[in-house]
Amino acid sequence: MKKVNLKNLFQKYAIYFVLVFEIIFFAFASDVFFSLKNALNVLRQISIVGIMAVGMTFVILTGGVDLSVGGVTACVGVICAKLMLAGAHPVIAILASLCFAAVVGLVNAFFSHEFKLNPMIVTLATLQILKGISYIVTGAIPVYGFTEKFKVIGQGHIGPIPIPIIIMIVLYILAYIVLTYTSFGQSIYGIGGNEEAVRLTGINIRKQKYTAYMLCSVITAIAGIVLLSRVNTAQPSAGFGYEMDVITGAVLGGISMSGGEGKITGVFAGVLVMAVLSNGMMMCNVTEYWQWVAKGVVMLAAITYDRIIKGGKV
Amino acid sequence: MQERDVILSLRDVSKSYYGVPAIEHITFDIYNGEIFGIVGENGAGKSTLIKTVAGAIPANGGEIRFKGEKLELKNPYEAISKGIGVVYQEFNLFPNLMVYENIFFGVEIKKNGFLDRKQMIEKSREILKELGFDFDVREKVRNLSPAFQQATEIAKCINHQVELIIMDEPSAPLTEKEVDQMFKVVRKLNDDGITIIYISHKLNEIMDLTDRVSVLRDGHYITTFITKETSENELIKNMVGREIADIYPAKELSDQEVILRVEGLNSSKVHDVSFELRKGEVLGFGGLVGAGRTEAMRLLFGADKKDGGRIYLHDEEVSIKSPTDAISHGIGLIPEDRKAHGLILNKSIFLNCLLPSLKRYSNHGFIDFKDSKKEIGEYYEILKIKATGQDQLCLNLSGGNQQKVVLEKWLLKNCDVLILDEPTRGIDVGTKQEIYQLIKDLAKQGKGIIVISSEMPELIGVSHRILVMHEGHITGELQGENITQEAIMTLAS
Repeated sequence: MKKVNLKNLFQKYAIYFVLVFEIIFFAFASDVFFSLKNALNVLRQISIVGIMAVGMTFVILTGGVDLSVGGVTACVGVICAKLMLAGAHPVIAILASLCFAAVVGLVNAFFSHEFKLNPMIVTLATLQILKGISYIVTGAIPVYGFTEKFKVIGQGHIGPIPIPIIIMIVLYILAYIVLTYTSFGQSIYGIGGNEEAVRLTGINIRKQKYTAYMLCSVITAIAGIVLLSRVNTAQPSAGFGYEMDVITGAVLGGISMSGGEGKITGVFAGVLVMAVLSNGMMMCNVTEYWQWVAKGVVMLAAITYDRIIKGGKV
Repeated sequence: MQERDVILSLRDVSKSYYGVPAIEHITFDIYNGEIFGIVGENGAGKSTLIKTVAGAIPANGGEIRFKGEKLELKNPYEAISKGIGVVYQEFNLFPNLMVYENIFFGVEIKKNGFLDRKQMIEKSREILKELGFDFDVREKVRNLSPAFQQATEIAKCINHQVELIIMDEPSAPLTEKEVDQMFKVVRKLNDDGITIIYISHKLNEIMDLTDRVSVLRDGHYITTFITKETSENELIKNMVGREIADIYPAKELSDQEVILRVEGLNSSKVHDVSFELRKGEVLGFGGLVGAGRTEAMRLLFGADKKDGGRIYLHDEEVSIKSPTDAISHGIGLIPEDRKAHGLILNKSIFLNCLLPSLKRYSNHGFIDFKDSKKEIGEYYEILKIKATGQDQLCLNLSGGNQQKVVLEKWLLKNCDVLILDEPTRGIDVGTKQEIYQLIKDLAKQGKGIIVISSEMPELIGVSHRILVMHEGHITGELQGENITQEAIMTLAS
């Protein structure tokens, strides 16, 4: 009995142990690491990937995955930028970009649900399409020159806290509420656990899955807009490759790739673990190439751990 | 009959699952070169017996000797190398590999260290041709019809030079014509000196094909007949044997209004199924496995797409296109396979019970945890679910308790019509009795209950009226005194 409890404890809180360990390690390894300034810095750095991970969580919980998020980030930035330059009010431009993202989510859900295609392949295809669109729309040239007001989203502060961090934290709180207290959230967990059983209880699977994919794209679009505002330039390649950081964070945080398992609080910790790793290594003057290696190793370790703890469930 | 060599002998072979005996003290001999039939009702222990012989599951006790040598198999692959081949109901092939790769699995022909595919293809073709089959051995098994898959399985046995082939319900997936072909194959194998154990529900096949036949009942060996000297009726009598134990509550027949009417339900596996269900009635569906009962109920429930048919509830036609529709009209289904379809195993009892009733327990999308926990807790008590609490994962519950959770989730939903597909499969007698009482209570409350069961005593025990299905058709209706196992069997085959 005692053994089982210990296992449960590790299963539940492993990621927090890792996080604390990391912080202690880097605090000793570098004199500049352990400071409020650097803490806010880390949080601001993760805000983009952190926001995207909220959306990704919904999709992975249903048993799916969305690789197109990197493309959504770029495409949304480009579209929003072009609209603003064409004279649209920033609010209109933002809303239009979010709508575009919703359509992307709809397409992802449509192909993976209606034709029973593997969502990994479907979203890999949409990722390609979105990448292409970003370059076509911009002609591969960065777009810039927005109004000053637009900068607030990515560069503004409320008190000492950067706005991106606030957006991120609000989204985590909302996601926590939705996943824990609403019927949508509970059905999402059910669908990931056993889709057929949930279908036979009369829950509209189609609606829930479409909602999850659309939420994922729209939340990713929010990240895209924050990014656009922060760098104040729409790069057609912005956000490329982020899908891997996002998935790594979610999986590290205990979201099972087979669906139905994991908590949003864990995801936040998972994203943080990756960010602290990267930030700490930077502080210790480890080159970016070695950081990639380290991230890959951490990801492998995380998914292996997930499989071992949860048994051989595929 | 002259003295013959014994090829397989069983002495006191027993196997129980979690303390529930599936077979007990099975003892008999099988002679070299005969076709030996095994018959028995569902749950009689036939499958367990085969799996024990084939090394798929270990026996708890007793001794199995093959060609005089004590058999201690650790896994099914060892069986085939020792000379025992098994053709299971669900074929044991690799669907993603080609026919010849399956036939040569584990005994690949090699030349200079590399696979000699040419020779394997050639030889596979020869074996199949001998059996009277001619299809592309480079086809993936997944793409083959059941008959060809079965042929592949048999060819695999021959290629491994087995001396004994056990066939578990080999005719079940086949069409009538294919069955004739399979019979020829079995006789040919037998002529070549291979001993066959043939298990079937279908007594006419047993009478046709076998030299001797043994009857199992409730996990016990009953007797063995020389086939020529017995009759189908005598076999049935021995299979049924016992009196129906009085674990079934007394029935109170319903004279109330019709609650559900189904007309002309059709699909590829269900043909023109029509029936009525009254308030307070328990309507049983009898028949062999694969007769189309489950399929018919899934159509009614909207779980599968139907090609035609009308459904009336309280004399009003309703459109049911999905389980969501069915449930909103007050129909609930407790599926046959509780692990795959009934439960989310890695989720809590609470969540499993909550999901069908989400609407009732939520307010603007937010779940009322206080109310739902309280009500789920009440039924949890009534059903006497044995668990550490509502938060326990269903994964760790026993079969009986898992089934109770499935029942609970539908009780909470309070359906007018409840369909129970094999409600007591794989659960202990005590829980069975509780479930029978529950079925009776629900009927008494005025609900319409449909029960599918392959266990005939159970079907007879709980049903007011029984419809029997065969190959997708309703072949007859039995009521009152006419309900007997013999009558059901006759209609079912």
